[in-house]
Amino acid sequence: MARYPLRAVALLYLLFLLVLPVGLIAWRTFEHGLGPFVTALRSPSAVHAFEVTLSVAVWAVVANTVFGVGAAILLVRHEFPGKRILGALVDLPLAVSPVVVGLALILIYGRFAPVGGWLERHGVQIIFSLPGMVLATVFVSLPLVVRAVVPVLEELGQEQEQAAHTLGASRWQTFRRITIPGIKSALGYGVVLCLARALGEYGALAVVSGRLVGQTQTLTLFVEERFQNFDQPAAFAAATALALIAVLTLLLTRFLRPKD
Amino acid sequence: MAIEVHGVNKSFGTTPVLREVSVDIASGSLTALLGPSGGGKSTLLRVIAGLEQPDTGTVVISGVDATRLSPQRRNVGFVFQHYAAFKHMTVYGNVAFGLEVRKRPKAEVRKRVAELLELVHLEQLADRYPAQLSGGQRQRMALARALAVEPQVLLLDEPFGALDAQVRKELRTWLRRLHDEVHVTTVFVTHDQEEAMDVADEIVVLAGGVVEQVGSPHEVYDNPANPFVMSFLGPVTRLDGHLVRPHDIEVSATEQPGSRAATVVRVVRLGFEVRIETRVDGEDVWAQVTRGSAEHLTLDPGDTVYLRPVSHARTLAAA
Amino acid sequence: MAAIQAPAGPGTTVPGPAEPVSPPAPARRSRPRLGTGLGVGLAVTYLSLSVLIPLAAVVWRGTGAGPAEFWRAVTTPDSWAALKLTVLGSVVVAVVNVVMGTVIAWVLVRDDFPGKGIVNTLIDLPFALPTIVAGLVLLALYGASSPLHLNLAYTQVGVIVALLFVTLPFVVRTVQPVLQELDRDMEEAAYCLGASPWLTFRRIILPNLLPAMLSGAGLAFTRSIAEFGSTVLISGNIPFRTQVAAVNIVGRIESDQMTSAAAVSTALLVVAFVVLAALDLVQRWGARRG
Repeated sequence: MARYPLRAVALLYLLFLLVLPVGLIAWRTFEHGLGPFVTALRSPSAVHAFEVTLSVAVWAVVANTVFGVGAAILLVRHEFPGKRILGALVDLPLAVSPVVVGLALILIYGRFAPVGGWLERHGVQIIFSLPGMVLATVFVSLPLVVRAVVPVLEELGQEQEQAAHTLGASRWQTFRRITIPGIKSALGYGVVLCLARALGEYGALAVVSGRLVGQTQTLTLFVEERFQNFDQPAAFAAATALALIAVLTLLLTRFLRPKD
Repeated sequence: MAIEVHGVNKSFGTTPVLREVSVDIASGSLTALLGPSGGGKSTLLRVIAGLEQPDTGTVVISGVDATRLSPQRRNVGFVFQHYAAFKHMTVYGNVAFGLEVRKRPKAEVRKRVAELLELVHLEQLADRYPAQLSGGQRQRMALARALAVEPQVLLLDEPFGALDAQVRKELRTWLRRLHDEVHVTTVFVTHDQEEAMDVADEIVVLAGGVVEQVGSPHEVYDNPANPFVMSFLGPVTRLDGHLVRPHDIEVSATEQPGSRAATVVRVVRLGFEVRIETRVDGEDVWAQVTRGSAEHLTLDPGDTVYLRPVSHARTLAAA
Repeated sequence: MAAIQAPAGPGTTVPGPAEPVSPPAPARRSRPRLGTGLGVGLAVTYLSLSVLIPLAAVVWRGTGAGPAEFWRAVTTPDSWAALKLTVLGSVVVAVVNVVMGTVIAWVLVRDDFPGKGIVNTLIDLPFALPTIVAGLVLLALYGASSPLHLNLAYTQVGVIVALLFVTLPFVVRTVQPVLQELDRDMEEAAYCLGASPWLTFRRIILPNLLPAMLSGAGLAFTRSIAEFGSTVLISGNIPFRTQVAAVNIVGRIESDQMTSAAAVSTALLVVAFVVLAALDLVQRWGARRG
């Protein structure tokens, strides 16, 4: 039914909205070969931005993975009052604008805020510093591991775990040798999603980091800052690097995605 | 002739599914397309409906060449194995759909739907959704829906396949009665020979994409055209290189002209009938006799009895 | 609480909108155990420190001075303009996505052509790509030095394009699985009853796709009102013209007007909440009809 026109409309839409813009940046970046791309990314601020991005992301992903597995087990294998609420709360970050996340963290952990002030007096700075950035990243990527693991944990059922118990395995042994292998691929999927989200966060970090070049500037903040300073090559190079990471993530998740 | 199929060939990819199939279906008849799974029966039905296009051949419906017509224009009613209910519409909505498509006035639609719902005994459920009906009810709704537009031909694709055995038997009888009332040329697909023999006026035996035989239930059972048809339509056993029906075997205690000696292996009494399993020259042969006949024979394992086909029995040289 | 279902990230099929992360059938052991209590305690603590308390602070700060103050902050000319642009723009974006998302899903499910697999994977790109990068690539193609000579910088259309980019996968990914599972028999039954392909689409297919389309639209809308990074570069952030709510909030934060920032943020949260609650209701109603 109207096969070709529909196909044309769909593909053209995707071409002009998705393919051409991304393709153009890649083109502009590699127009004069690999050299300028590599040079731009080797600059001290770029390297530092990359380091900041990585360390913030790793902290956030580790925290959310531990939380994610624990929460998933709680939600699927345990009963307690308020379970539905907990589930809904885990989903909450998906509906919140990243700048609101930033604001929220400032209001609690900022220098003039109750918790933040107390921490400051004890030498711990949250906002405009790495801990705040980690917190922001934790917030925005919180649901991802949980949501990836929950359906698979449901699917798995309790029987294997119960069988292990009857054979004498302790709770921890069962967890390590039965549960984890069972959810391995879904966990990998969730972690990759979480990592991608963490590496790509911009809005919340724009608010919470103070954007201090060489200190609290992530790769995404670097892109914007370089662009605003008319350093197109650097901005494009970093953007392309991030885009390549994004594509890599897409391919990885295709492999890891739990087969429904 | 209501439907004339001539020289139809159909392949899916490189797999031929219908080979030179020609079938004529009489107006007002109730015909079964019978055969094993994968034999091409559903494909043939769908070709008649226009849901598949034949590679070669023609389909003529009520004298009109329908081969290139879309299903919309053929005015055939089609009932699917899994009901194909419009799940977002009520029973009323489903049955009314065909009439609404033809832009009939509302009052007429209402009247006709009421008639049909009464015909299929679903009047009370007009406002329910298909999800709230049982399988049997859904299928009756599907029938009403197909009949609403007064099709020239009614096609049913394994209509009772998805239902429980009990419901299947009930609906089988009900279909026969419906046909007697409505007289629409009806063709249904089944792999159940009991169903075909119970319901149909005429049976088309289709296997491997080829028409093996066409005839009344009596004909295909008693005068099968080949060993395949014979085996498919009823029980067979091999005696003396021939296929014969077990209930057509005469079992005697003494030797008779033309009979073979057999050693009794096992005797199974199944209510009215008695099944005698024997060995004849190293081959397994079984006969089916009535209780009465069995009482005149001693039938202990190891005994010798004599078997021969009854005089009027139809036998076929085994393939 | 509304089931909040934004797609989780690259490569996901959005899990069926009607299922929050919340639990399935109850586990067989129903006595809360010590382990459970500890686990819940830890989870709640983690959530509180990272999500709940900060969000509560926003709402508290935004509404703390009473409804009149809240309303005043929200209706400050530039904030009000930003909110209007954001909400109206997001409605437009949701509508466009319903149409284009369904078309794309249709093509992905029903059509076949070389490279379809690649296209299917590409749909998830907006999930994976950082928003600032999205903004940059769009500016490159549709900005001052556009090779297409199409300059959308500093325009509302530019904002819309950016929002369309980031919301692309939502409707596609909610409609796709439903279309995939749709019973083709229903369409064939409609054909035999005389319905043309278009009529069949309108009366048989579309009604069955509607819940998925709506839920995708809701997700697209909620994502769109929250959007920041992709609009920042192309829009020029001109107050009253191309400034979206999120940018307005950042402006307030940078001017140390925390209360107004919190008020506008609360307004955004409320809108999101209302839309998601409405979605949830619509889904329950739809589910009742089987």
